[in-house]
Amino acid sequence: MLDIEHIKKTFHAGTPNEVRALQGVDLKIDDGSFVIVIGTNGSGKSTLLNAVAGSFIVDSGRIRLKGEDVTDWPEHRRAKYIGRVFQNPFTGTAPSLTIAENLALAAHRGRTRGLGWALSPSTKTEMYERVRSMGLGLENRLGNAIGSLSGGQRQSLTLLMAGLIKPDLLLLDEHTAALDPKSADQVIRLTEEVIRRDKLTTMMVTHSMQQAAHLGDRLIMMVRGRILHDIQGAEKRRLTPEDLLDRFEQVRRSDLLDETAASMLERQYV
Amino acid sequence: MMQLIGSVSVGLILSLLALGVLISFRILAFRDLTVEGSIALGGAVAGTLLVSGWNPWLATFIAFLAGACAGTVTGILTTRLQINGLLAGILVMTALYSVNLRVMNRSNLPLFKEQTVVSMAQKAVSPDLKWTIGRWDIPVQEVLVVILVLAIIGLISGIMYAFFKTNLGLAMRATGDNEQMIRALGVEVGWMLTFGLALSNGLVALSGALLVQYQGYADVQMGLGMVVWGLASVIIGESLVNSRQIGMLVVGTIMGSILFRLLVAIALRWGLNPNDLKLVTAVFVLIALVAPNAIDVARRKLSTLGKA
Repeated sequence: MLDIEHIKKTFHAGTPNEVRALQGVDLKIDDGSFVIVIGTNGSGKSTLLNAVAGSFIVDSGRIRLKGEDVTDWPEHRRAKYIGRVFQNPFTGTAPSLTIAENLALAAHRGRTRGLGWALSPSTKTEMYERVRSMGLGLENRLGNAIGSLSGGQRQSLTLLMAGLIKPDLLLLDEHTAALDPKSADQVIRLTEEVIRRDKLTTMMVTHSMQQAAHLGDRLIMMVRGRILHDIQGAEKRRLTPEDLLDRFEQVRRSDLLDETAASMLERQYV
Repeated sequence: MMQLIGSVSVGLILSLLALGVLISFRILAFRDLTVEGSIALGGAVAGTLLVSGWNPWLATFIAFLAGACAGTVTGILTTRLQINGLLAGILVMTALYSVNLRVMNRSNLPLFKEQTVVSMAQKAVSPDLKWTIGRWDIPVQEVLVVILVLAIIGLISGIMYAFFKTNLGLAMRATGDNEQMIRALGVEVGWMLTFGLALSNGLVALSGALLVQYQGYADVQMGLGMVVWGLASVIIGESLVNSRQIGMLVVGTIMGSILFRLLVAIALRWGLNPNDLKLVTAVFVLIALVAPNAIDVARRKLSTLGKA
């Protein structure tokens, strides 16, 4: 499904602000798998998602999606395959457009947009049903501007929009991090529901150890632009939030050492 | 009374300019200064073609296309060559000044006996035919011109409203509203912006073409201050309808343009020096931009004072 081959990305290369965000990431994701991505701040987990989404073109390496080499495709072209929910609830929706209009935009993700009516009566009925099935009571407010909704409501709608046309790959970038605990729970419940129902191939970045332990069938942990752990199958099912904290603690300790010394020690003792 | 009708006609014609500004400033959130050049371009192209004996409707349409080309150039400069949007507009506006002189071969081009869209409407009745309302004698010719312009504006604003309800139009509105979101939904933002600027400047040039036919001459200076003029109409329109719905914005902008023109006519009548007009317009727009904020701040201060 998704095949990432040794991608590298350095931001602000050759300046004092140089950031080597991805330092050779290899990752193969099977159809229908739900991959959790965790890592310390600046470990490159969001950068990895953005590289897949096409927010920037990688310096080297290849990215294949559904067998097609998308490495040099711009973001809008990859949108044909990819549904996204962002960390900031304001990023995923157009505030001055109505709920119905936002959904209509998502209903044409990656497709040609012509001069047909965006909100025909049949699409309106379909949208009403879709929004009602979320159980947020927003179905009677389809004509309201999305900017008038709360962050949680907007994030739930962004999730609905990302899955409106079944995406080949769903990218969730800490999509509950900016929400209050109650809304975050609601969005996570909705996320599980959508992914299970449509068997979506998903990559989800999260800061929450609870989410990381309990969701998904595979977990990768990133450190300094590389994948450090790749946990799947029975091992992933057994994983607890405490195990994950332990692994972070190990990283923190090795972080105190110089990067090269740490990897040398790791080779010798781990 | 004659002046009043004339103001309504000009206000209606300039509402096309205001609709163009609505697209660039409000819908695309792009500060487009090309407008000052493209309204004169529309006038220059239409005027020159009319003098060469072209059909007025065709000449007007070609003026629209010329404006669309100008907008496309600005769009390409800013999206493909990564030039700052304001600067791209200034570059094209400056270049257009020379282009307009080239098109007209002089700085002022009068239309004497040429057939224009306006004269075609006027010829339907004799110039002596008058309507008497109270103590006013209104030439029916003038009324016909208003009706004609009204019909044109009605048609164009109707098309514009319908367009913004289509999938393509909706994507354009989203482009100005949330660029990241619409890109993630598969729209190439650069293309959409360029297309929107083409539409916007096409409308502006159309406005210039009609204005030239109404006032009977094209002038290379006619674009001066037109961005502010359009912006004033949009702002007045927004406060008139008090809504962000696209249909209301379109209607509001047209009303804003007419009202603004009437205000100007009244001010001139009351003895405003025409030389001060641009200054007054600029100050007016400044106040309109600052006032809502200032009122908000004042209200908050008052309420905290009340509590203390």
